[in-house]
Amino acid sequence: MSTPNATQGATVSSTATLSVQDLHVQHGNTHILRGVTFSANVGEVCAVMGVSGAGKTTVLRSIAALQPFNSGSITIDGVSRQSGPVPPESQLCELRRRVGVVFQSNALFEHLSVLDNVTLAPIHALGWSPSKATDRANALLASLGVLERAHALPRALSGGEAQRVAIARALAPDPLLLLMDEPTSALDPARRGALGELLRALAAQQRGLIIVTHDVDFARAWTDRIVVLSQGAVVEEGPSRAVLENPMHSATRALLSQDG
Amino acid sequence: MKTFVRKQVFAVASALTLGAVLVAAKVPSAKAPSFSMSAENRLWNGQPTLNQSAVAQSSASATAMKVFRWGGDAEGGAPFVEADAKDPSKVRGFDVEISELIARGLGREPKFIQVAWASIEQSVERNDFEIGMSGVEDRDELRAKHSVTLPYYEFYEVLAVRVADSAKYRTLDALAKHKVATLGGTTAYDILLAAQKRIGIVPISYDDDVHPYSDLVAGRVDAVLLDHVIAERSLKRLGKFVIQPQAVDTGHYVGVMALANAALRDSVNTVLLARMADGSLEKIFRSWNVWDERQAQFQKRLQAELTKPRQILVDTVAAPDANSKSVMTYLPSLLRAAGITLILSFLAMTLAVSFGILIAAGRVYGPSPVKLLLLAYVEVVRGTPVLLQLFVLYYGLSDVVRLPAFVAAVVGLGLNYAAYESEIYRAALENISRTQLEAARTLGLSELQILRLVRGPQALRLALAPMTNDFVSLLKDSSLVSVITVVELTKQTAIYATNVGSWVVPGILCAVVYLAMSLPLSQLARNLERKWSKA
Repeated sequence: MSTPNATQGATVSSTATLSVQDLHVQHGNTHILRGVTFSANVGEVCAVMGVSGAGKTTVLRSIAALQPFNSGSITIDGVSRQSGPVPPESQLCELRRRVGVVFQSNALFEHLSVLDNVTLAPIHALGWSPSKATDRANALLASLGVLERAHALPRALSGGEAQRVAIARALAPDPLLLLMDEPTSALDPARRGALGELLRALAAQQRGLIIVTHDVDFARAWTDRIVVLSQGAVVEEGPSRAVLENPMHSATRALLSQDG
Repeated sequence: MKTFVRKQVFAVASALTLGAVLVAAKVPSAKAPSFSMSAENRLWNGQPTLNQSAVAQSSASATAMKVFRWGGDAEGGAPFVEADAKDPSKVRGFDVEISELIARGLGREPKFIQVAWASIEQSVERNDFEIGMSGVEDRDELRAKHSVTLPYYEFYEVLAVRVADSAKYRTLDALAKHKVATLGGTTAYDILLAAQKRIGIVPISYDDDVHPYSDLVAGRVDAVLLDHVIAERSLKRLGKFVIQPQAVDTGHYVGVMALANAALRDSVNTVLLARMADGSLEKIFRSWNVWDERQAQFQKRLQAELTKPRQILVDTVAAPDANSKSVMTYLPSLLRAAGITLILSFLAMTLAVSFGILIAAGRVYGPSPVKLLLLAYVEVVRGTPVLLQLFVLYYGLSDVVRLPAFVAAVVGLGLNYAAYESEIYRAALENISRTQLEAARTLGLSELQILRLVRGPQALRLALAPMTNDFVSLLKDSSLVSVITVVELTKQTAIYATNVGSWVVPGILCAVVYLAMSLPLSQLARNLERKWSKA
């Protein structure tokens, strides 16, 4: 269950990109995850799918070190985290630098401008100079098409703009892995297409993207691989089109019928 | 404008101490005290000797009323008026016995009405009772606004100093630049205010006549100026100080009645004179150990004056100062007091905010024992009156730490409000969504950075409006610190009101000044609420 150099915190190992091994999460007598195992690589967009309650968000939160897990391990670009409570932030620096998270609600800091949201981590967590952080933020915002909103407060942004700013904020420390929770939930169809293109572009920059979604059409159109969860376990995994066009498991079929 | 015909009789010099009696505010006078009696009050104008028919007449008219209501403040204590230890529903004291003498002389039954000392004048005009007698000091302002009886007791303003200082501080002039305590709003206080201008004495005003002496013994003040009756009472109780033999001033206790009650006042005077003549008053004063040769001289002088041929005086009562004049007189002191209120409130709020933030942070982030300890602090502070806390801080802890009054006021109010502020901040901190905190964590910020950069600033926005409201409350609660001798706006207003004998103009002025300070803050709170709610 643990590698020789495993600790309660995060340790560096030789594993590549993301590897989730036999992940168990239990709340009291309730088993949320029952041995989830899957992996993801840079350059690909991986969708974690499943009906409500399947455990998708728990997987995402475990990878992001926002919640403890009871057994198993998670390795990101050689940095492992073993079972047990979430270690103090001081022990998670390596992991935090490798993983960016975009929350379903975007979770922008309402009291800070767009630019300050994006430069916050580089300046305070990475110790960059403000000018370097600003240059990086401006470049990111420009690439995401929201540079003109750099000085706006989050409450003045549209849903799509807010999401792109949240992506820019997550990308500012240049993480290898980007996690996104239900990124299409608040977007109209046109914006979903734009988001899909953006995800492809990010993957092309040699990042790994894990998106939790139950949006079958989006997954079919824009992701490379799909991991289907049901009752806390992986029931099907494979290339997106293959999984969605030829579902092998009842949970995948339920997902498709729910979407239709 | 006052007549000074009886200067020798009421020779006087100054001050009024009103009585020792009072615990609550005493009467101040705006001007340097003068002790002449105006003609209007010379009951002896006409019938200086006891006129049986007059008494009979008044008795007859009084029969219909039967009860003779007299007001006094039992908080003032012996020998004036105090609750009877054997039966606290009854009162005892020389003022009690004199009022009984008067009632009996009028053929009526005395009935005691408890009234705060500072409210005696207002209450008597409201007809809450016929006469107020509780160590009420004779003074011009009193005579201008009310019917006042002839003086029935002569008191002396005396200096009390610590034993070790007895040779050093024999007179008021020797106390230049030193702290001298007294009851707020009395003639003694006015004497000190005049001395402040003249020789730089630092007057310290108290709301009662007990703590000036305990603070003298404790070294907080260097002298106390008050009536000799009060000084001697405190000396018996506390010891450790001496009363300087040379009186600073002389004053008289009188009964105060409604202005419209001049006829009854004359009857009361007749009774008082008769009881003075037959030795009844002396007997009462002797039984309360406040009789001495000087009182005998005083009564002799008074009676001699009253038996002189009537002297017609045209120029009678000094008209009370027009309100407009008194406004101009008191406005500077009110504004100064408002400045003290503002500074005190700002300092206390700064302390409250700083401590409040620490308490809130401890309650949100601290380990369980710290959380429990802080919860206990918050509950104890919120569950007990701030007045009590101020007393404990200033007087209760004086053996351990002797804080200056202003510092004690800032600390007392600050620590009290810190408990309330901490609850606002704690609620605000806990109101920041978990997702915001998690988003900050995923960016690699430490917990301290999250508090400083994300959680704290957002919580502050939530807390700002209720904080501003609290500051407005603090501005008003700061009036409580007058109990520990800080003269702020409300206290200054009370002094003003007692002096002019009315709360109308002082009350309105005080309200205007408070509103001028609090309305902008209330508006700020509303603006902030509006601004943040747009988010």
